[in-house]
Amino acid sequence: MTHPPTHQPAPRLTRPAEAGAEHDTAPRRSDAARDVAELRAALTARLDTAARRWLDQALDEAAAHPGGHGPISTWELRLAEAGRRCGPDHADAARVLILHAARADADALARVYHQGTADERRAVLRALPGLVPGPDALPLVEDALRTNDTRLLAAAVGPYAARHLDAHQWRHAVLKCLFTGVGTGHVAELDRRARGDAELARMLADYAVERTAAGRPVPGDLHRVLALTEPATASHGPAAPHGKES
Amino acid sequence: MRLFDPHIHMTSRTTDDYEAMYAAGVRAVVEPAFWLGQPRTSPASFRDYFDSLLGWEPFRAAQYGIAHHCTIALNPKEANDPRCAPVLDELPRYLVKDRVVAVGEIGYDSMTPAEDTALAAQLQLAADHGLPALVHTPHRDKLAGLRRTLDVVRESALPTDRVLVDHLNETTVKEAKDSGAWLGFSVYPDTKMDEARMVAILRAHGPDRVLVNSAADWGRSDPLKTREVADLMLAEGFDEDDVDRVLWRNPVAFYGLSGRLALDVTAPDATHEGNSILRGGE
Ligand SMILES: [Zn+2]
Repeated sequence: MTHPPTHQPAPRLTRPAEAGAEHDTAPRRSDAARDVAELRAALTARLDTAARRWLDQALDEAAAHPGGHGPISTWELRLAEAGRRCGPDHADAARVLILHAARADADALARVYHQGTADERRAVLRALPGLVPGPDALPLVEDALRTNDTRLLAAAVGPYAARHLDAHQWRHAVLKCLFTGVGTGHVAELDRRARGDAELARMLADYAVERTAAGRPVPGDLHRVLALTEPATASHGPAAPHGKES
Repeated sequence: MRLFDPHIHMTSRTTDDYEAMYAAGVRAVVEPAFWLGQPRTSPASFRDYFDSLLGWEPFRAAQYGIAHHCTIALNPKEANDPRCAPVLDELPRYLVKDRVVAVGEIGYDSMTPAEDTALAAQLQLAADHGLPALVHTPHRDKLAGLRRTLDVVRESALPTDRVLVDHLNETTVKEAKDSGAWLGFSVYPDTKMDEARMVAILRAHGPDRVLVNSAADWGRSDPLKTREVADLMLAEGFDEDDVDRVLWRNPVAFYGLSGRLALDVTAPDATHEGNSILRGGE
C-alpha cells in the first residue's frame, strides 16, 4: 500500500466551538470560507493523485454549474460517487466541499439529503452550519434524529442543531445519544446548552434511575452531562471541557 | 475461512442471522433488490426500499462486521404491474450511488412482453452506468427462460461477461457456461439446489466464474448455506483455495466490475471514539 488511508485522522469538518464566542449567530462569512479552505487543504494532502484530480475537477464543475442541468446536476452525481473516488474515510469531507462549491441552499440540501444514501445524508448534515444561516434546514436534522443510525445521529447533533433545535427536541437528542451509544462529545455546544437546564437534569436523573432499577449500568456520559446542567457558578474561564481543543 | 454471500435479502433477516453469518465466516454480502412477498403498489414504495438498501441495511450489517452492498432494479414480477413500472424512470439516480454494485435482480418471471421491456431497458441502464447485471432465471420453465434471457443479453449493449445468471441448476449450467456469463447457484433447504448437488456441479463444471449464494429471504431459506457448501467442498476433496475462489474471489471479481466494492467494514462504534471526522462541534 502506497498511501495507508487510516493512519492519519480524516480532517475535521467543523472548527471546535470557541469558548466565549457568540453562540446564537451563524459563523461569519470569513470564518466559513476559512474553514472550507482549511478542509480542502487538509483533504487534498491525504488523497492520492487520481482522487485529488477527481476532487479538483468535481469542485470546479460544481462552482461553474451550481444550478445544474438535465435531470441530475453534475455536482449531485459527483456527490453520489465521492465514496468510491476518494475512499470511505474521506467521503464526508469531499462531499462537504462539493456542497460548498455548489453553494447549495436549503432547498438543494433538502433534495440531496432526501435522495441520498445514509453517507450522503451525513455529509449534508455536516455541511448545514456553513451553508444555511437560518433554521430552514431543521427538518433534515429532525429526520436524522428520528433514525437509529448512530452515524446520522452523531452528525445531526452538530453545530446546526446547537444553534437551532428547540429545547424539547434538543433534550431528546441528547437522551437519544445516551440511549444509542453516540458519545456526547458529538453534541455541539453541549456545555452551553446544558447549563442550568433543570428539565434535562430531570430527564437524565430519571433515565439513571430506570437503568439502575433494571440492574444495568448507567452510561458514563450521563454523569458528565448531568454535571453540565448545574447552573453556572464561578467562571472557569475559556476552558475546554474535555480537553480536545487545539 | 472468509465467505461472501453474493445474493441474500438481509432486509428480511434478523440480527441473529447477521451474528450467525459472521460466526460462520461471512464478511461480505450483496443484497439484490427484489419483491417483498407482498406486492408493491407504487414507485414510492420502491424508493423507500432502495433507500433502506443504501441506508439502514448497510448500517445494520456493519454492526456485525459484514460489508453490505446492493443491486438496484425493478424486479421482473413487478415489472408486470403498471402501477410499479414507472420506477424504471427513477433508477438512474440510484445507479450512481456508492455501494450499488450491479443492476439486479432483472430477468424473467412469466416471460411477458412487459418483462421483455423491463429486462432490455435495465441491461441498457447497466451498460450506461458501468455496472454488471444480476439476472434471475425463472423458476418455472427454466431452460426456455434461460435461452430467452441469453438472447436478450446478446442483443443488449452489455457484454455477456458482465452478466451473472442466477438460480442455475443441472439443466441450465451448460448453456449458461457456454454463453460466457458468470454462473450463480442458490442453495436452499429442500428446493432448487442443495449442497451435495452444488458440489457435484462444481466437480463436473469446475469453479471458474461460479458463485454460490443462499438467496435467503422471507421464505424458507438458510443464510448459512454458503458455509455449508464450503464445508462439503472440503469434505469432498476440494482444497481451501477452491473454496476461497468460489466463495470469495469469484464474487469479488464479478461485483468488482462495478469499481464500487468497499470490503473494509467501518464499525459504527467509530462514533464513540477516535474518528475526528465525526466529532465536529465539540
Ligand atoms: Zn433473490
